[in-house]
This record gives sequence, C-alpha cells and structure tokens, in this order.
Amino acid sequence: MMANLPTPMERFVQGILPENPVYRQFLGLCPTLAVTNGLKQAMTMALAVGVVLLCANTIVSLIRNLLKPHLRIVVFTLTIATFVTVVDRVLAAYMYQMSKTLGPYIPLIIVNCIIICRCEVCASRQSVGTAAADAIGQSIGFGLALASIATVREILGTGTLAGFQVMPDSWPAWVVMVLPPGAFMTFGLLVALVNWIDSIRRKSERRG
Amino acid sequence: MDYLFDILLISLSAALINNFVLYYFVGICPFIGVSRQVGMAVGMGSAVTFVMTVAVFLSWSITTLILVPGAPLSSWVAGFFLPAEQAAAIDMTILTYIVYIFSIASSVQFVEMYVRKFYPSLYKTFGVFLPLITTNCAILFACLTVMSNIVGVENPEEAWDLGRALALGFFGGVGFTIAIVIMAGIREELDMCDVPKVFRGTAITLIVGGILAMAFMGFTGVDSGIRVAVTGAP
Repeated sequence: MMANLPTPMERFVQGILPENPVYRQFLGLCPTLAVTNGLKQAMTMALAVGVVLLCANTIVSLIRNLLKPHLRIVVFTLTIATFVTVVDRVLAAYMYQMSKTLGPYIPLIIVNCIIICRCEVCASRQSVGTAAADAIGQSIGFGLALASIATVREILGTGTLAGFQVMPDSWPAWVVMVLPPGAFMTFGLLVALVNWIDSIRRKSERRG
Repeated sequence: MDYLFDILLISLSAALINNFVLYYFVGICPFIGVSRQVGMAVGMGSAVTFVMTVAVFLSWSITTLILVPGAPLSSWVAGFFLPAEQAAAIDMTILTYIVYIFSIASSVQFVEMYVRKFYPSLYKTFGVFLPLITTNCAILFACLTVMSNIVGVENPEEAWDLGRALALGFFGGVGFTIAIVIMAGIREELDMCDVPKVFRGTAITLIVGGILAMAFMGFTGVDSGIRVAVTGAP
C-alpha cells in the first residue's frame, strides 16, 4: 500500500504546478480573492498559510497512528486553530499594521480548505518528511497563485507594485480592480488563461 | 426605537450591502461548488443560515459569559481560588479561535444528529450539506465579526448584545442564500449557452460572480442614506 503513495520529491513538485492548490484544485479561494488587492498583503497571507500548513502537517503526521477516523477532522481543525492563534499573535506583535489590514482573514486560515485537505490526503497517511515536503510544495504553489493575482490587480488598480510606482503618472487607476468585482474577474480570467496554456501544452504533447 | 433601528441596519448590511459572499469573499467554496441547481442552492443556503444562527448564539454566549475579562461565569469559578480583583481580570480572549471552531464543529454535529432523528424529511433536503458546513468560512466569519464587536470595544456600553449578534447571524445567512440562489439560477441558464472551452466550469462562474458583485455594489451607501432619512442627522 505504501508503494503507491508519492515520494517526498513528487509531493513537493506536485504542489507547485501540476496540482496547484488554487488553479487546479480551487481550494482556499477565500484568501485568494480577499487579500490580493496588494502584493504585500498577499505575500504575508501566503507566508502565514505556509507556516500553519507546515506545522499542522508535521504534527498530524506525527500523531497519524493515534487518529480515530470519525474524530480526525476535529483533531485537524483544533491543531490548525492552535497554530493560527500563534501566527495571529506574532503578526499582531511584529507587523501590527499588516495584521490590521488582513483583519479577519488571518483567523479564517483555520477553515482554509487547503490545510485540511493536505492533512487528510497526505499528512494522515505518510511520514513526517513527506508531509513537510508536501506542505512546502503546496505553500509555494499557493504563494505563486496569490502573487500572480495580486500583481495583476495591484498594477491595474493602483499603478503600483508592492508599494512602488511602476506605471506612469498618467495611468488612470482602475478602481474596480481593487474592489470585490475585480477580484472575481481577474481570478476568472487567470483561470481561463491557465486552462488555455494547459490545452496548448497537451496539444503539442500529443503531436510530439 | 433606536435599538430596533440598529438591528434593522445590521440586518440590511449583513444581507445586502456587505454581502458575505460578494463583499467579504467568505463561503466561496460552496458558492462555486454547490451552485449548479436552484434546489440544491436553497438547501445549502437554509442549512448555512440555520447553523450560522446557532453558531453565533453559542459564540456570543461563550465570549460574554466566559472569555472576556470580568465575564460572570469565569470570574465566579475563579473566585473560589483567587481574590476578587484577580478573578475579575482573567482574560481568556486568546482562546477565542479554538473555542469558536470547536463550538461550530460540535454544533454542526448535534444539529445533524437532531435533524436526522426528529425531522427526517428536513434531513433529506439539507442533511447532506451539514458536514460540509464545519469548514465553511462564512460561519466562522460571522462569529469573528460578533467577537470584534464584543472584545476590544472601547466603550463597554457599545458591546453587542445577543439581539444584534443573532440579527447578524441570521441575516448573514440570508445574504448567503440570496447570493447562492441567484448564482444557481444564472448557472442553470448558462448550461444552455455556448461558453468558450477554456472558460467552462469555474472560470465563467467566477466572472459571473464578478458581475454579481458589481451589481451588489449598487447597495453601497444605502445604510447611511437610511440613517440620514430616519434620524435627520448625517
């Protein structure tokens, strides 16, 4: 049975692009849409999710033999909630302004489907090393997805990137991009773009 | 009168102006996953509304009675071991996230058991959605909003009471139902359309969601308008 499960390296690579949590599995959409109006917020969120995912995956993997099937989701959520509390306090202590900006979306990491899904799919079945590699791969994938959406929205919405001016002064800021509708539309168009690239890649593979 | 007006504004804001799905992006997963048919959307919406009201009730009670400094229940218990002023200063607000998620998970479990036992027909309508709701961000978000209006408000008089909290929970759920039902209606029509291949599935759903969010932005400022109309002061 163990032989069928992916190795640590496979898990790591899968998370980044082939099974990207956002573009391929459509998990964790709440922070994906809510905090991507600026690159800085998006990266902080990706880092917070990454830390929580790494800690939760490691702990769940260590106690995987003690888990009772019907209680496992509760154990996952409580583990995650503990680490989210830690991350929330650390952010409030060292990056107060950022923690105000992110507001309720930091505690909402508790119910982020990516983390529960990784605990269920990988950490509750495989060893600590694999679980950690999986967590890092998935976090990088999540960070890349957030960065792509945030870059488009911030450049078009305010003409800046991570706070630096990148567009000429005459750039008319597309306010709608920073508002909720812009999040839905940008993400929808990017999903379509990823689908399109994927279909081209598959076509050329079939030919070659 | 003032109190009722406040409740009205909270309800209106939760249901329409700052719609949970289209303004705060919470509960996006079911919004995209379970919005294929209107019937299913109504079932999911009513389940979320129900659980949200229960969860907000629980989290309001736990926060006010146990977690905040000087809460009656915790200072009563601590009064057996500590002097009165120390007992009144016990602050357990750091536990809020863990307590909330635990109360949501257990209330979902209890609601599911209760409904399955006593209302089998109701269970058939929305029972299948209940386990999914534990990890629905919208429920936790409602609890956190209530928390932010109890913990850390400067004037203790302004902390929300149970009525305001329940209004937010119930009408937040109603807002979720409105959004998901509209979405399901659009998607049923969308099945008949010739959507470009790369947009099929989630991409077109997100873009339709964007247009819906734009429509809901039309409600912005309605609350302050009503406030001006009723009280006469800006």
